[in-house]
Amino acid sequence: MGKRSVIPFGPQHPVLPEPIHIDLVVEDEKVVEAVPSIGFVHRGLESLAEKKDFNQLVYVAERTCGICSFQHGMGYCEAVEHIMGLEVPRRAKFLRTIWAELSRIHSHLLWLGLLADGFGFENLFYQCWRIREKILDLHELTAGGRLIFSVNKVGGVIKDIEGDKLDTILSTLDEVDDELRVIRSVFFEDRTVLSRLKGVGILSKEQINDLGAVGPFARASGVRVDMRMLGYAAYDELSFVPIVSNDGDCYARCFIRMMELFQSIKLIREAIGKIPAEKDLEVPVKGNPDGEYFMRLEQPRGEAFYYVKASGKPILDRMRIRTPTFANIPALCEMLKNTEIADVGLLVLTIDPCVSCTER
Amino acid sequence: MALMKFAPEALKNLFMKPATKMYPNEEPVYPEGSRGHVKISIDDCISCGMCVRACPNGALKVDRNAGTWTIDRFDCIACGYCVLKCPKKCLFMEKGYQVPGPEKKEDTYTKSPEVLAAEEEKRRIAAMKAAEAKAAMEAKASEEKKG
Repeated sequence: MGKRSVIPFGPQHPVLPEPIHIDLVVEDEKVVEAVPSIGFVHRGLESLAEKKDFNQLVYVAERTCGICSFQHGMGYCEAVEHIMGLEVPRRAKFLRTIWAELSRIHSHLLWLGLLADGFGFENLFYQCWRIREKILDLHELTAGGRLIFSVNKVGGVIKDIEGDKLDTILSTLDEVDDELRVIRSVFFEDRTVLSRLKGVGILSKEQINDLGAVGPFARASGVRVDMRMLGYAAYDELSFVPIVSNDGDCYARCFIRMMELFQSIKLIREAIGKIPAEKDLEVPVKGNPDGEYFMRLEQPRGEAFYYVKASGKPILDRMRIRTPTFANIPALCEMLKNTEIADVGLLVLTIDPCVSCTER
Repeated sequence: MALMKFAPEALKNLFMKPATKMYPNEEPVYPEGSRGHVKISIDDCISCGMCVRACPNGALKVDRNAGTWTIDRFDCIACGYCVLKCPKKCLFMEKGYQVPGPEKKEDTYTKSPEVLAAEEEKRRIAAMKAAEAKAAMEAKASEEKKG
């Protein structure tokens, strides 16, 4: 047994731009313990809820995270809509679903690119991000913003996607689908990729359940947990089955996210096929919310909680967000035990950490 | 052979045009409806201040007497909530993002002198009418007292 020493990982590290700090207790090249600490980019978004009108707060909520911004806005709006008993028009629900799945594609492509960069495959990284650019252009075409959509409001959506824009989405998705197939074969079959991903950082189903991990990270270990099964927005009208793998290693996490890309494309096509023709996009909002609600929804990184409490005033009493990365950190620390120090960067990356939304 | 999976793609990239644009030498193309920055058609503005109350970031200021509308471009998050709330629909979202600058400054828009003069005239007539009404009320009240 070698001498124990502590190596700090982060808050600045080349493998990811997110400021997470982990103290790695190592013996020789083996990690024996990992102690995380966060709090480098706390912005106090939740306390803003006590200063702003509940309608203005939509724009604050969606700035929680730059990558899953749409789902943050949607989660908040759905929570307030449940409190106020508003039934959102069906077209608005379908539009929300389309935008949510588009942002899932862009988030997963971003992660796949970062993963490729993490194991040193620069060309693959550029390919992933080049495809992602097409999705970002779709965001700008349909919502007006490349990352921050600002299309949600309490009671529905602000903008409509007209017929020709829906056709543009479909044709772009066809191109993206073809290009993704090339990338998929590289991620799944290339020897250099497999040697870095196969059998690294294995977590069992029991460990995931004990530590409460969520999202693709949990599904890669065989836990069938996906909030889209609850049927919020228009998911109850789409044929959705979560993708699950039993391997529990880095390769399985990559597999889940890659397959979810194709699943998202399929869901968008299905949603566009079923989108109702009536043009109602919102219902009028009268009065102020009074009550509390827990909203659970599936973001690209996993399950997010939105707790909203209101007491009949325009300003909410409390808004609490639990983001998926926060739930995944305990499992990450368990996963880091007994791994090589050279794999730590890659393993931290495989939970798809978004630390700024964790700290809110 | 699995090792060569990426070779065709890599070769294709050698002969392709760059995927990126040579910004700022090449002008960026924005789609219709892109939320770039807020624009005002100031002469249609009625200085009601709805946009000021709506702005989640407090980036707007309205001065009714001076007839000005002021925006701090660096505080504006281009969410479009002011555009949604404007009762006269004189605010728009325009294409093209906020350009960076060496100092943080505000843009102020002032109504044209003709519009300001017309507003002043309206206010004067309204004040005159109000004064007349008040005088009439007082006269009526004093007559009732006497009677």
